[in-house]
Amino acid sequence: MRRFADLHLQPSVKDSDQLNHMVSRASELGYRLVGITLPPNITQEKIRQLQDICKDAGIDLVTRVDLTSKTPNQLLRELRHFRRKFETISVVCTSKAVARQAAKDRRVDLLSFPATSSRRRFFDYAEAELASNALSSLEVDMAPLLSLKSFSRIQLLSSLRKEVAIAKKFGVPVVISSGATNVYLMRGPYEYAALASLFDMAVSFALRALSETPLNIVKRNREKLSPNFIAPGIRIVRRKRNCPDT
Amino acid sequence: MPRHVRRRYLALRVLSEQSISKRDVMDAVWNAFLQLFGEHGASQTNLTFIEYNSEKSCGIVRCSHKTVEMVRASIASITEINGKPVAIDILGVSGTLKALREKVLL
Repeated sequence: MRRFADLHLQPSVKDSDQLNHMVSRASELGYRLVGITLPPNITQEKIRQLQDICKDAGIDLVTRVDLTSKTPNQLLRELRHFRRKFETISVVCTSKAVARQAAKDRRVDLLSFPATSSRRRFFDYAEAELASNALSSLEVDMAPLLSLKSFSRIQLLSSLRKEVAIAKKFGVPVVISSGATNVYLMRGPYEYAALASLFDMAVSFALRALSETPLNIVKRNREKLSPNFIAPGIRIVRRKRNCPDT
Repeated sequence: MPRHVRRRYLALRVLSEQSISKRDVMDAVWNAFLQLFGEHGASQTNLTFIEYNSEKSCGIVRCSHKTVEMVRASIASITEINGKPVAIDILGVSGTLKALREKVLL
């Protein structure tokens, strides 16, 4: 049985009622792992509270921060500051320079683009090539697809069709997330897979984008954040007395 | 011309703060389908409402087996009915009404 993940829930962290509703609905819809966007200055105590809420609903919580840097230098500063604090880092690319920097930086997990402006979606061949070398993934939020109407939705579908085709060509992983701000914008994984067929994403590929791909990102990052991690492929297996003298 | 049309039954549950009538749900599903796939798509789906219980906010629709994903996408794209926010979940899909009722305990 597949384990589904939704890496992008955006509840208000201060509103615990809304948070509880969204987490329990995610559990009801069949998700076993959710990523909640948190403010960068969140305390460890608050994160523990959120983990308890998710644990009660039988869900694994992934901490996530969305960086909306204006310049590449600001992005680098923020990555240096937040990489070890959050399990997933997404960069909302609002300019081409930031998009390029984010795509080539191995500390960035998810590249996301503004849904309402097709001119500011910078996921082209060059971006995909950089992203494929740096292991970052293209994130597709489904909430705008539900909330936009008529011409805006047509434009968004057209952009997504182009971007998903480019990502597939360059082997860039695609992650489908809800991007939901309330319970009414949350849907089940099979519904998202059906909606993804609107931009020519095969159902099997879409289901992978809702399960294996996000789970692999989280697994990789948790391994990196573990105290036993030294470098990719190298980790501490034993310490102190268990370690034989050489 | 195929002799026998294969059908699929989908169980729905409407999540809303207000009570919603069968007519409203039917209109919302048809409008969503027409918006996404147009009249040509709608003519291929054989979409029919079998039942709707407004107290439980649950219902069953039937469609052709080839258009299940289209119906699923249309239902998922519904975000409001009568100006109020709603979400419609698909609880299960089956080839017979009996199996669907057993599957989702309607």
